[in-house]
Amino acid sequence: MQNAAQYSLEEAGADTARLVLSGHVTLANMAPLEADLSRVSGPLAAIDLAAVEEIDTVGAWVVCRLAREHNCDITGASEAAERLLAAMRGIDASGDIRAPRDPVWERVPVAVGEKIYNARGGIYGVVGFFGQILLGIASLARHPSRFPLKALVHQMELVGVTALPIIGLMSFLIGIVIAQQGSVQLEQFGAESLTVNLVGRITLRELGVLMTAIMVAGRSGSAFAAQIGTMKLTEEIDAMRTIGVSPIEVLVIPRILAATFMMLLLGFYASVVAIVGGAVVGDLTLGIPFFTFLLRIQEVVPVHDLWVGLIKAPVFGLIVALAGCYHGMQVRGDSEEVGRRTTMAVVSAIFAVIVLDAFFAVFFTEVGWG
Amino acid sequence: MQANTPQYDKDAPIVIEGLVNRFGDFAVHEGLDLTVRRGEILGVVGGSGTGKSVLMRSIIGLQRPSEGRIDVLGRTITELDLDQGIGVRRRWGVLFQGGALFSTLTVGENVEVPLKKYYPDLSPQLRGEIARYKVILSGLPEDAVAKYPSELSGGMKKRAGLARALALDPELLFLDEPTAGLDPIGAAKFDRLTRELKETLGLTVFLITHDLDTLYEICDRVAVIADKKIIAVGTIPELIATGHPWIEEYFNGPRGRAAQASHLRASE
Repeated sequence: MQNAAQYSLEEAGADTARLVLSGHVTLANMAPLEADLSRVSGPLAAIDLAAVEEIDTVGAWVVCRLAREHNCDITGASEAAERLLAAMRGIDASGDIRAPRDPVWERVPVAVGEKIYNARGGIYGVVGFFGQILLGIASLARHPSRFPLKALVHQMELVGVTALPIIGLMSFLIGIVIAQQGSVQLEQFGAESLTVNLVGRITLRELGVLMTAIMVAGRSGSAFAAQIGTMKLTEEIDAMRTIGVSPIEVLVIPRILAATFMMLLLGFYASVVAIVGGAVVGDLTLGIPFFTFLLRIQEVVPVHDLWVGLIKAPVFGLIVALAGCYHGMQVRGDSEEVGRRTTMAVVSAIFAVIVLDAFFAVFFTEVGWG
Repeated sequence: MQANTPQYDKDAPIVIEGLVNRFGDFAVHEGLDLTVRRGEILGVVGGSGTGKSVLMRSIIGLQRPSEGRIDVLGRTITELDLDQGIGVRRRWGVLFQGGALFSTLTVGENVEVPLKKYYPDLSPQLRGEIARYKVILSGLPEDAVAKYPSELSGGMKKRAGLARALALDPELLFLDEPTAGLDPIGAAKFDRLTRELKETLGLTVFLITHDLDTLYEICDRVAVIADKKIIAVGTIPELIATGHPWIEEYFNGPRGRAAQASHLRASE
């Protein structure tokens, strides 16, 4: 390398030496040079820069540091080098550039404690938020002209119509799997024909609605949180409040109503498609003709199974939308928070839906809709 | 190296010839020419939407021009891939409008990123020290080094962004509206800092701005973008002498005159 930086030590009086630097004392050459210079021991009388062709702030910094460590002078600096040295003098760069961190045994209990303490605030927050929404709906009911019909229709399209293909495909495959796997087990008792009961009841009561709720949480709950969260960051929501437009009315209520209503339709749609999937398997592998399968469904599935599904669906839709909008409104600070809140919205929505589903299952069986 | 221009003039670190930038049917630049001289602070002005930022993005290789040729420090940027040209990339620093700091890293760690990328052999201790003095050099208080960007004000973010832009001791510094959103005192301080750093470190500065005070105080020359090209480059009196209506309106409007008056008062 022709542009390398060199150094040499020259005798300068008794026991002391003069460090002569030459070449390009720059960032590009600093890794090897600094390692060498840190090994220079013994008293230095001066550091000579007369032979230096080029120097940058990193070079000046290292020279300054060396001069301070050995308590010696810097000589022969060119005008440009002198300017850099002057800028570097008096800067103390010894501290740590990382954010201060507590040791693990302190951080973990503190984090756990904070989580538990904040959970209480979270519950208050969600209940308060739900109250705000009810108030908003009440005030919209008094002033129907303010009702955000356009936004509602738009959200219904996003949550419902555009979800039809993916939810249809998912339900169809679930219907196939239940029918196929169920028939293999039932065959052992010679009861393949009960596959119809299995498919009809499980999709209408449980799986159709539950899987749709999970899908809607992933598709729309996350979108709600991310959209509202981003609007929060860009101060759109503050701007609305300043103008006197309630973000609850304009943003939250259309999403909540759309998700609640569309979940009802999507849940029913998912159950129907899953039954069609089961009927296809019945036709192909069990020898039950397609339309016979559908007619048998009518006979073996009690109507209250349909009601169980249709009562659960809007509740799940409400929970998913509530979680998405609530977490979106909680975003403050930076873009990282949007991601965190979106994740929280989806996870808490799915968790709540599954817990609630367990309660519903016990409840409906107890009231005689078993 | 294949993209080296044969005749690299050391006094012209940036040379743009016949630049054309088209988005669909809409042309932002149509045959734009510009030369930046070594050691100057060149201010670039133009109305909103005239493509100042697009010009800067073209020069630093973030935006591939439709036509034309851009040479930066003797390398033809328009022939390099985004991931090529590392040699030239480490010789410039860029300050984006909002600072564009990495939000998961502290200010000091932000400054360390380019050092780690280009000089992995540097000892961690020296790297930390360099990061620290760059932050202090950029006019931030010492305790800001270990803070996260979300804990900083807008002005401090810009200074932190400047520290990261200066991390590799670049020859070229690109500033995109450095004083936008700063209070007048902060803006004046930032102008002074730019000037001081330019003189101490021997930088060439390419500066996009709307701030007339910045133009009067620190710019050696000003380039005006209008009608999809650079219509004039020169000192402010030279620009006014061209008599172009847009330049006329820009510098002789009420704000332009106020900035000029304050500049005259300051230099008396």
